[in-house]
Amino acid sequence: MKPLILSHYTATSCLGAGLAATRAALADGRSGLTRCDFETVTLDTWIGRVAGVEDVAMAPGLEAYRARNNQLALLGLQQDGFLAAARAAVARYGAQRVAVILGTSTSAILETELAYRQRDPRSGALPAEFDYRSTHNIHSVSEFVRRAVGTAGPDWVISTACSSGAKVFAAAARLIATGLVDAAIVGGVDSLCLTTLYGFNSLELVAASPCRPYDPARNGISIGEAAAFALLERAPQTPPPGAVLLSGCGESSDAHHMSSPHPQGLGARLAMEAALTGAGLAPADIDYINLHGTGTPANDAAEGLAVHTLFGTATPASSTKGATGHTLGAAGALEAVFCAVALADGLIPGSPGTTAVDPAIAIDYARAARPARLRHVLSNSLGFGGTNCSLVFSRAAEA
Amino acid sequence: MTLTATPTRALTARIAGIGLIGPGLDDWPAACAVLAGSSAHEPAATRIPTPDLLPAAERRRLGAVVKLAIATGLQAVRAAGGDAATLATVFASSGGDGANCHAICETLAGADRLISPTRFHNSVNNAASGYWGIAVRAMAPSTTVSAFDGSLGAGLLEAFALIADSRAPVLLIVYDHPYPAPLDATRPLPDAFGMALLLSPAEAGEGPLLSLSGFTAAPVDTLAEPALEALRRGIPAARALPLLARLARGESGGVVLDYLDGLHLQFELDVGRSSTVRAEPVEARLEALPENALRQAQGER
Repeated sequence: MKPLILSHYTATSCLGAGLAATRAALADGRSGLTRCDFETVTLDTWIGRVAGVEDVAMAPGLEAYRARNNQLALLGLQQDGFLAAARAAVARYGAQRVAVILGTSTSAILETELAYRQRDPRSGALPAEFDYRSTHNIHSVSEFVRRAVGTAGPDWVISTACSSGAKVFAAAARLIATGLVDAAIVGGVDSLCLTTLYGFNSLELVAASPCRPYDPARNGISIGEAAAFALLERAPQTPPPGAVLLSGCGESSDAHHMSSPHPQGLGARLAMEAALTGAGLAPADIDYINLHGTGTPANDAAEGLAVHTLFGTATPASSTKGATGHTLGAAGALEAVFCAVALADGLIPGSPGTTAVDPAIAIDYARAARPARLRHVLSNSLGFGGTNCSLVFSRAAEA
Repeated sequence: MTLTATPTRALTARIAGIGLIGPGLDDWPAACAVLAGSSAHEPAATRIPTPDLLPAAERRRLGAVVKLAIATGLQAVRAAGGDAATLATVFASSGGDGANCHAICETLAGADRLISPTRFHNSVNNAASGYWGIAVRAMAPSTTVSAFDGSLGAGLLEAFALIADSRAPVLLIVYDHPYPAPLDATRPLPDAFGMALLLSPAEAGEGPLLSLSGFTAAPVDTLAEPALEALRRGIPAARALPLLARLARGESGGVVLDYLDGLHLQFELDVGRSSTVRAEPVEARLEALPENALRQAQGER
């Protein structure tokens, strides 16, 4: 594929709002997970909660979108001058020439969960103030961001569970390649809600202690929330030295099971191979892999096997879910920004919470953060329904 | 035609197969006759068949939304004699599985909050894509897009961009299903509707040629028959009807389809010598699945 430049990017997670806090936490190997104190949830688990989401005031004219997921989106947009950069792209290219493609798994379902506690006892009706389109509907977050930024270009949401935030990069690359738009605001936004906390609990996939990706004693996920965005544009012939580029995308399906990965990680391997092919790279060219690494026994075993098959033990790899929790539909975008930070700062992120590496998984797993010169990195996102997406990001060569 | 944006690479595909399930319209041959004006539209509730390629034990687990998507997609693949296992897929819907969502929200509003594991994994918006992949053993890329009432447009854009990129066939499945009470009051949809297009690269095979000319602010095409126009207006997936009507009549020409406000999709249809897309199903390479292929195991992801 023709590389695209990430001309601006930002991330907000339990590590903090914006890149400065994110960078520092990744370099220090800090985790943002805390004991679950969300809403009325009584589960014994840890979560990656973003501070202050409830207090974010919606922009005038956009009050109907007030919901935790959209508040988190706005908090994310407000960091690192991203909103201004997005508006500048609209001014530069024209309003219809900037697309918005965002990933989310649950949108603002929390509003519906709360509304169901306030149904009319006789009619069963939801409270009158419940606004389906601007909260519950899966598209509400990209409609909200489109309006907040002021674009009039194409927009849609990709909702493919935990690969959503990665697949938006692939979709935006294809859309830009059509020539119908010049730039795309991509990202992922997913917020804490009862459906995912109690849902993953029903599958016995929620860990009682902070998650421990790739640890032999790993026993489940910690659920997190995040908003991460990137502005994608066509890369100039000679990108500025050190610029971060999207250089390859690969997608596949497991065709195996709704909630278990293919045991040999076949789908994950196909996605990684396609991303490498798209980037015109061989496995040996990849300097770091940001793993999906949720911390469930099955995910890490299957993904680890797929990585071993392609990369052997030669390529440093880590999951950052011990730092942020699994941010579900936002994870692909959050970890894309982590890859951008890794390339820009020369950093291999570590894996907080992982006290030992599973000896049954033969890969070069990095538990501690360390400096490294990185040219190409790969990020994996794998989801329920057997949906897989791998992305390759590259650092533009020095002059 | 006035275009506000045009593609710089050809966004062209052949329509190799069509699937359609809607109110009083059981399949594409039936809809084709109604849209061509050769038979009357008999109002009736949408009948969603249970996809025959799923094992009996699994059929019960699928929500109506997933059945609708799979059955519509199968019609298009079988009409074309395609190999579903090799096809990339784009699923587009304006909402999710309302019945499943309702059940989860009721449980969460109750005392014990014990959601069933099946309900939870069926709650993902890509449930139809996941079950489709398992049922037809497709490991090709699959995506699930939504843009509220513009979901058809989003699906078409994604599908045409994907074909231009991959030069491989893409199955687009667009579907909407009404919500149960009390959610239905906040999102009224008159009935269920599904539409599938098996799109092939222009250089491959046969079938009418459909080109995405670009974005336009021109008004969208409507339907003369009031009942069909009511469907088009009432159900986002049915906004494909003006294109399907042209296909049914075997009429080449321009079609404007709905997407977002001020951003409609301008298409050009060339039906060539084949006056309509083959309405007689031919046998597709689809086998019934073994009972355990969709087993309900304790999942881990």
